[in-house]
Amino acid sequence: MAHAATLEIKGLNKQYQVRGESLSVLEDISLSIKPGEFVSIVGSSGCGKSTLLKLIIGLEDDFQGELLLDGNRIVGTSLERGIVFQEHRLFPWLTVEQNIGIGLLNNTKLSEEEKRKSVQEHIELVGLKDFASAYPYQLSGGMSQRVAIARALVNRPEVLLLDEPFGALDAFTRAYLQQELQRIWEKEGITMILVTHDVEEAVYLGDRVVVMQPRPGRIKRIVDIPLPRERNRSSAEFVALKEEVLREFADTPVTETELVAELVVEEAYPNIHELKAA
Amino acid sequence: MSLIQTIRNRDWRGAALPIGLLAVWYIVTAFEWVNTKLVVPPEKVVQVAYNYVTHASFIGDVIASLTRDLSGFVLGGVAGILLGVALGLSRWFERIVGPSFNTLKQISLFAWLPLISTWLGTGDSAKILFISLSAFYPVALNTFDGVRGISKAQIEVARVYGFTRWQMVTRLILPAASPQILTGLHLGLIYAWVATIGAEFLLIRSGSGLGNTVIQGRDAFNVELIVFGMLVIGFVGAFFNHIASRIEARLLAWRGDQA
Repeated sequence: MAHAATLEIKGLNKQYQVRGESLSVLEDISLSIKPGEFVSIVGSSGCGKSTLLKLIIGLEDDFQGELLLDGNRIVGTSLERGIVFQEHRLFPWLTVEQNIGIGLLNNTKLSEEEKRKSVQEHIELVGLKDFASAYPYQLSGGMSQRVAIARALVNRPEVLLLDEPFGALDAFTRAYLQQELQRIWEKEGITMILVTHDVEEAVYLGDRVVVMQPRPGRIKRIVDIPLPRERNRSSAEFVALKEEVLREFADTPVTETELVAELVVEEAYPNIHELKAA
Repeated sequence: MSLIQTIRNRDWRGAALPIGLLAVWYIVTAFEWVNTKLVVPPEKVVQVAYNYVTHASFIGDVIASLTRDLSGFVLGGVAGILLGVALGLSRWFERIVGPSFNTLKQISLFAWLPLISTWLGTGDSAKILFISLSAFYPVALNTFDGVRGISKAQIEVARVYGFTRWQMVTRLILPAASPQILTGLHLGLIYAWVATIGAEFLLIRSGSGLGNTVIQGRDAFNVELIVFGMLVIGFVGAFFNHIASRIEARLLAWRGDQA
């Protein structure tokens, strides 16, 4: 079992410069995530939830405040933090096996033999043993996303970030992969942070659900989900918690100015919301 | 599959036109409806071809042309990939070099020949420089296109897994741009062959080669030799094209049917 890390976010602020003006994307985000915890983050588009993951993974480092992993400042990307994007982002010229191997390319802790073994284990973990030498074009969307999950896990990261990982999949595949993800989380015991706009998914998987509100992105409320797993989506408690989270959305009306502001950000930084575009 | 089946299953419709033309050629010369000094009968071409092929200089000519062609292609191809990658990766480099490159590109390739022959004479080095120049442009342009088109999403993946600069180039940029690079190389191979024959025509004074053979045919008013030379040049070109397509299909099998 991999070591799970504590992630601390303290007074995090992030702005983008748009046409010479500073636009606040995240404002005063503070959140402490325990080792092995599963935290879901929900919010309407423009609430900065994907930006938050970009900062934690280290793809952007221009922010104020503190991001601490086990007490150490997060600087740049690192193999101890893994991420799964909404699009699988596999390299189409590599097979399933080779794509997962990309995760281990710069892993200096394992020998070549151990790397090979680890890749095999992770192919099995996501149930793609028969597809080890298939190319991405031969896989369905759900299978590709499972490869992406294996690629992210193969380094045994302490934290796994999931940026709307099932958003582009059909309902059946999504429900199945949510179950799979829960199984993997229980098996690996690592910290997971899931960003999603699907409230049911957030409640189904999270120990806590963080509700964010947009412009600027702030934490509106944190809802504890004390239900035992495996959760029953149609149980009264589940539905009640889902309703409670949904109610937080009801009183954040989207004004026209806010929509325009969002469009301006997207125009200037198409990669901010590339998940939506995909 | 047996040979007979293979032959049967092939689509032979494409052969109708050449066979028809051959028949017309044979008929108009056999009945002497044309000046057979200018339009020589096909059987005479076959005869000259036989004499020439069994003659030692034919192999020498083919080898001379192919060596020139491939040396120029490799030089131009490598230079093209290097420049294309550099232009595609560095905005700064693109700003500095891009405009000059785009201007130079407008000069017809054959317009380089007087300058090249003034500097290097008419020997192999001049010919190879000219051939590599013609392979260089399509490779550089297509490589640039391919490298430019690499998605930000894939670059982010590479950053997440801590790719070094070298890994970025060898594990991401070159494979991601490989469809365009191979298109460029394919075009470059064809251009290089055209340029090989062109160089042999125009820088005639020294050396052997298939282009020289055709010119010798003209000088000796040997139409059979001219026609034979043209056929060989055409077949070599078609062979290159075929090989390039096969290699491309092989290397790009990962794209599935979209290719």
